[in-house]
Amino acid sequence: MTLYWEEEIETLPRVGLESIQLLRLQHLVARVYKTVAPYRQKMDVAGVKPGDIQSLSDLTKLPFTVKEDLRDNYPFGLFTVPMDQVVRVHASSGTTGKPTVVGYTKKDIKTWSGVMARALTCAGATASDMIHNAYGYGLFTGGLGAHYGIERLGATVIPVSGGNTKRQITIMQDFKSTVLLATPSYALNLAETMEGLGVDPKSLSLRVGVFGAEPWSENMRDEVERKLNIKAVDIYGLSEVIGPGVAMQCLEGEKGLHIFEDHFLPEIIDPDTGEILPPGEKGELVFTTLTKEAFPIIRYRTKDITRLLYDECACGRTFVRMEKVTGRTDDMLIIRGVNVFPSQIEHVLMGTEGVEPHYQIVVNRQGNMDTMSVEVEVSDEIFSDEIKALENLTMRIQADIKDMLGVTCKVKLVEPKTIQRSEGKAQRVIDNRKL
Amino acid sequence: MRVEQIAVFLENKSGRLAEITAKLAAENINIRALTVADTADFGILRLIVDDVEKAKATLKANGFTVGITNVIAVEVADKTGGLAEVLKTIEEENLNVEYMYAFVNKSGENAVLIFRFEEMDKAIESLQRTGYTILSGKEICSL
Repeated sequence: MTLYWEEEIETLPRVGLESIQLLRLQHLVARVYKTVAPYRQKMDVAGVKPGDIQSLSDLTKLPFTVKEDLRDNYPFGLFTVPMDQVVRVHASSGTTGKPTVVGYTKKDIKTWSGVMARALTCAGATASDMIHNAYGYGLFTGGLGAHYGIERLGATVIPVSGGNTKRQITIMQDFKSTVLLATPSYALNLAETMEGLGVDPKSLSLRVGVFGAEPWSENMRDEVERKLNIKAVDIYGLSEVIGPGVAMQCLEGEKGLHIFEDHFLPEIIDPDTGEILPPGEKGELVFTTLTKEAFPIIRYRTKDITRLLYDECACGRTFVRMEKVTGRTDDMLIIRGVNVFPSQIEHVLMGTEGVEPHYQIVVNRQGNMDTMSVEVEVSDEIFSDEIKALENLTMRIQADIKDMLGVTCKVKLVEPKTIQRSEGKAQRVIDNRKL
Repeated sequence: MRVEQIAVFLENKSGRLAEITAKLAAENINIRALTVADTADFGILRLIVDDVEKAKATLKANGFTVGITNVIAVEVADKTGGLAEVLKTIEEENLNVEYMYAFVNKSGENAVLIFRFEEMDKAIESLQRTGYTILSGKEICSL
């Protein structure tokens, strides 16, 4: 039987859901137009007034918001309420420029913990669970976002954060953690450390893992499930929209993550033209928040590539599902003119018997030619004392990558543990090209 | 009549071989023979040691990828043509050699040839039938 957090809204017929969405959207656009100068200016330039939003399809009349808009208005320029109503801020790491800052009112925190509790319920978690929260605490939304959701659910939260992997395993053993929240790459780091310590995952109480914050492939999911002896489900979120809890995979459905559409309105666009794509087509995911107070956002371009699935889900939820995010428009590498997503390479590697889920993609430019090499650690399982066998392996992976991507790359075998382990988000690509 | 050989994966980085031999020395493990097979990117170190289990544990604890394979050690007189004679037999018996290396024992009278064959059982049978002495792991260490 499916567990719901808020059954009525989660299973509402779509007609009812869409009328709620429209009311909320109209209210939001009017409020943002009135209170936030940068939004007003952009709407004026586009020649659109709040009154023009008469149906959900009128959303396309509104201009997009991009990361650059957040940077231009750093730190609080896009907040819609006075700072005395803001109870919390979070910020992105700002590795590619100034950090982007988001804020929350008391009601926003309540909304967030609500969608996060909903997400955990999708994964089968209840108040009886002991939840091991290994998302990083701090300015990153992962740790605290999940934390408040776990408390709202009524489960016990272990606020272990990232890092100190051996101690995490001791805690899992002693506290009998039943649910793990982490990035998928950190989950693999945990599994590998357990192996090193001789801890059998079957001896733990872990039942399910809720993984997100970085793109990961289906084959990596299989690997995590096998290595940790758990069910691995996908969670999606981003700080600009709210943080974790925007969408969540259910246990019953075959694929995809339910977007909590009563709060977050999705669109799929062609990343080059900005045009809305027909239902079911793959493109860039765009979100408009419907209920946020301090930092609402209109048509935010997430850069995540996915498609929306409108077919019925076995769990009974009527919220649309987004396919697992397999790439981002900005971690897409263009190698000799071909679009390459790291997750595609990961898919090939994880589909090769015995290959460990630790890899790194190194891109260089020699003269005018891009070269890509994929570094793979040699595990006991793939190691052979014969050169021929190892060379056959690298040639096979090279051929599979070529088949999948149409790009020639070089597979380089490296010694175990030489690729840096993830303490949060894994660094998969080293691009040495000076473009 | 097989001998256990340790194989270690090596990236082509300076100092790796020195590191391995130092770790083995620290554990009092004696290396009887070794060879390195290499390509542009990596190498495989193959070792015959006096304590296979201890060597494997030591190297694994230091983060190396280690495998154990069975090889055949054939003793021949250390004289001109000694190797050629064995290889002729191997050819006549239709045995396929994956790789081989050799060392001379302390007394200097005999050489020991280490072979990895595609078909190990057939090779042992052929070499014994044609009159060669095949050494066990224990015998190699006491040479």
